[in-house]
Amino acid sequence: MLDNVWLIPLFPLIGFLINGLFGKKIKNEAVIGGIGTLMIFLSFLVSCGILMQLVGMPPEQRVFEKVMFPWIHAGSFKADMAFLVDPLSAVMLMVVTGVGSLIHLYSIGYMHGEEGFYRFFAYLNLFCMSMLLLVLGANMLVMFIGWEGVGLCSYLLIGYYFEKKSAGDAAKKAFVMNRVGDFGFLLGLFVLFWWFGSNHNIWTINFVEIKAASHLLPYGGVVTLATLCFFVGATGKSAQIPLFTWLPDAMEGPTPVSALIHAATMVTAGVYMIARMSFVFIKAPETMMVVAVVGALTAIFAATIGTAQNDIKRVLAYSTVSQLGFMFLAMGVGAFGAGIFHLMTHAFFKACLFLGSGSVIHAMHHALHKGHLHDDAQDMRNMGGLRKALPITFITFLVSTIAIAGIPGFSGFFSKDEILWQAFANPYHGSLNILLWGIGCIAACFTAFYMFRLVFMTFFGECRINPKVKEYLHESPLVITIPLMVLGFLAFVGGFIGMPKLLGMLPNYFEHWLDPVFELANEYGKQYAHSGAHHSHALEFGLMAFSVVVALIGISIAYTMYMANKSLPEKFTSAFPGLYKVVYNKWYVDEIYDFLFVNPCKSFGNLLWKGFDVVIVDGVVNGTAKLVMAFSAGLKGLQSGYVHNYAMGMAIGVVTIIAVYVFR
Amino acid sequence: METLFFLIVAAIAVICSLMVVTNKNPINSALSLIMTFFCLATLYVMLEAPFMAAIQVIVYAGAIMVLIVFVIMLLNIKSEAGRRTSHALFMGISVGLLLLVQTWYLLVKSSLSSVRGTVDSAMISKVGHTELIGKSLFTDFLLPFEITSILLLVAIVGAVVLSKKKL
Amino acid sequence: MVSLNFYLVLSAILFAIGTIGVLTRRNAIVIFMCVELMLNAVNLTFIAFSKYLGNLDGQIFVFFVMTVAAAEAAVGLALMIAYFKNRESIDVEDMNLMKW
Repeated sequence: MLDNVWLIPLFPLIGFLINGLFGKKIKNEAVIGGIGTLMIFLSFLVSCGILMQLVGMPPEQRVFEKVMFPWIHAGSFKADMAFLVDPLSAVMLMVVTGVGSLIHLYSIGYMHGEEGFYRFFAYLNLFCMSMLLLVLGANMLVMFIGWEGVGLCSYLLIGYYFEKKSAGDAAKKAFVMNRVGDFGFLLGLFVLFWWFGSNHNIWTINFVEIKAASHLLPYGGVVTLATLCFFVGATGKSAQIPLFTWLPDAMEGPTPVSALIHAATMVTAGVYMIARMSFVFIKAPETMMVVAVVGALTAIFAATIGTAQNDIKRVLAYSTVSQLGFMFLAMGVGAFGAGIFHLMTHAFFKACLFLGSGSVIHAMHHALHKGHLHDDAQDMRNMGGLRKALPITFITFLVSTIAIAGIPGFSGFFSKDEILWQAFANPYHGSLNILLWGIGCIAACFTAFYMFRLVFMTFFGECRINPKVKEYLHESPLVITIPLMVLGFLAFVGGFIGMPKLLGMLPNYFEHWLDPVFELANEYGKQYAHSGAHHSHALEFGLMAFSVVVALIGISIAYTMYMANKSLPEKFTSAFPGLYKVVYNKWYVDEIYDFLFVNPCKSFGNLLWKGFDVVIVDGVVNGTAKLVMAFSAGLKGLQSGYVHNYAMGMAIGVVTIIAVYVFR
Repeated sequence: METLFFLIVAAIAVICSLMVVTNKNPINSALSLIMTFFCLATLYVMLEAPFMAAIQVIVYAGAIMVLIVFVIMLLNIKSEAGRRTSHALFMGISVGLLLLVQTWYLLVKSSLSSVRGTVDSAMISKVGHTELIGKSLFTDFLLPFEITSILLLVAIVGAVVLSKKKL
Repeated sequence: MVSLNFYLVLSAILFAIGTIGVLTRRNAIVIFMCVELMLNAVNLTFIAFSKYLGNLDGQIFVFFVMTVAAAEAAVGLALMIAYFKNRESIDVEDMNLMKW
């Protein structure tokens, strides 16, 4: 099975080619959607087979590299088209193909009747292929293809409704911001490649080879430089401060896209990349600190914005940014396993939440359409009381919300608590750990608050939708609800495979599974870890209980404000109008970026256009033309049009040539 | 004796060719040109090339010149209405003379290669000039010879097409 | 035996006269005849060299030149007739269609 790993990205590629080339001719939505879904489902089956085979092997042998063909061989530089299968990529494969298949299935129902149905599925398959390349790449260059490919597909899919200006703008914004990150990725790649090559004559970009040679890397210094560059790449792809503003705008894309790309898979690429290179990152304590701080700040920052948004998808988008911040926090404190664990559980519950919101929007849109109303189908202020009309959506949504809020027993609890615990206990950042943990807890509280605010506003209370169309509200078709149910189930039970040892019911399968991948990183980390940081079980229990309490506080605040006493939010906003305005406007980050980067760039561009291009470039071009015209005005006298004048010219030419020959 | 004869023939050739250029009436020019060709044929004989002399007379003086005279008469061309401008006349003559001076200079300056072929007077008189030419033409120069035939065919077709009533 | 240079000088004179004719005359047929004169001057050179170098290749070239001249005469005269039909003239100064 391992030998057939190449089939995994191949299937979606086939799907992309079929739908992309012939989709317009096929027309039949069932066939197009069926092909797209089938292809990714086949990949899922192969991934399952690979996972099974890996499980059957002894842990230290679970690394397999499949070289497809030599790609670039130039001097001592060598990059093959090769795939790397190890426990980490196996987890990612399962997430991408598993969640991917469900979302494909969901899209058949959700995108029904859309203009570019085939285009949507072609892009979706292309995205899956790129993501799988990213995950499977055995060297940085293959990974980079995937990295760029998912960026492209993200751009194409955000701009899916390209006749809408806001969608086009959002797509461009996402693409440009991703480019900034990609630039960082490339620089990091170059630094690492150059350092290994010039100092140790190891010209490689292969992960396995770098890992084998990683003991040569110094602590700090050039590694800090390289990892900071990589981290810039990660912030771009994973929407961290400072490059996070594109993700909320990316909600202009269709909801399944938001679920697949902007929640479950692509945005976690940065986390995956850091995990993949954990043995390099851990050697740069400064970078680790930067990663942890940025992650924590992003978590709290996005969470605060999420509390004041009214667009259902926007709340989820900020929630995604915030949860990604948690993952980076985990990476930064050296809890790689916990980070990947949260990545997986997040993929389950956030995909479920997005798809659930899609189901709500679908129902709302349908109802409003029937009533010929133009109310915003995504605005939570138009919703309320939907639990009766959409029972399945409601239940799955609620399960996922509980999971993300961190109530014990649900998947999010295990992963988030693991991160918070490790942020507190891991011995890398000294007293900063407490601060990181504190920020994490507050962010978790906010998370519980805004998620339950969302649930209360959408599903509880009286129905605020225009009463004329109330009767048209009904549950989405089965093709939409089946993925919801599966994901909801996973959001519920997915955490048990990573249950902390402390609770003692199950061994922490997930961490053991990833152990071989992060062993080396932990080994390196010991060099500068503060020793003697042994914490008692009681403390761990205490902190766990504390995080549950924090979540409950968030939920109860949401309940008080949006269920029990509905005038409270208004009182709150009128009491702190400035604060509310700032938060509602997302801390004015977009405006600040406009002021700092966009407008200077525009004026610089204007300067180049009017100053350099018009005067100098056009001047040179026009000047050349004028010069030629002036010359030809003089020379046109020679072209008399009389044959004998030409004959004379020829004769003079002959005489001249002989003269040159004779008197040379 | 031989040199004297050459000089006489050469003088006639030059005079006749000058007449070709200076005569106003095209018919006179054509007749002078035929005279020049006869002189050249004479010189070919002196150079032991009797076959070339024969075709010079037959092809040039006979065929081509007859064609030209025929066309001149057909078109009924009167003598030229006027000369070219003195400016053009001066330019043309000076370029021509310059060419002559240059050729002369080259002639004086250069020397003849000493590489010699196998054909000499004895061989020509023994084998015969025509046979030698024929052998060469049908062995070493067979391909150019065949291509020449195509050239002539093209010329015939071209002439026919060009002289159609409606071009 | 007449020296080679005699022939070459004669040929050069004939060639120069032909050139002057081409450049100074207006009648296209006369110009055509002057071109023939130039060709013959070259032919004389070929045959003279052929004789003095003991090699018949030069005479073969003369043969080809004659063939080309014949073809040229056919086509050239046909052109002139066609032109004369249109313009009632074969004066090169009337041939000014290429004038801008």
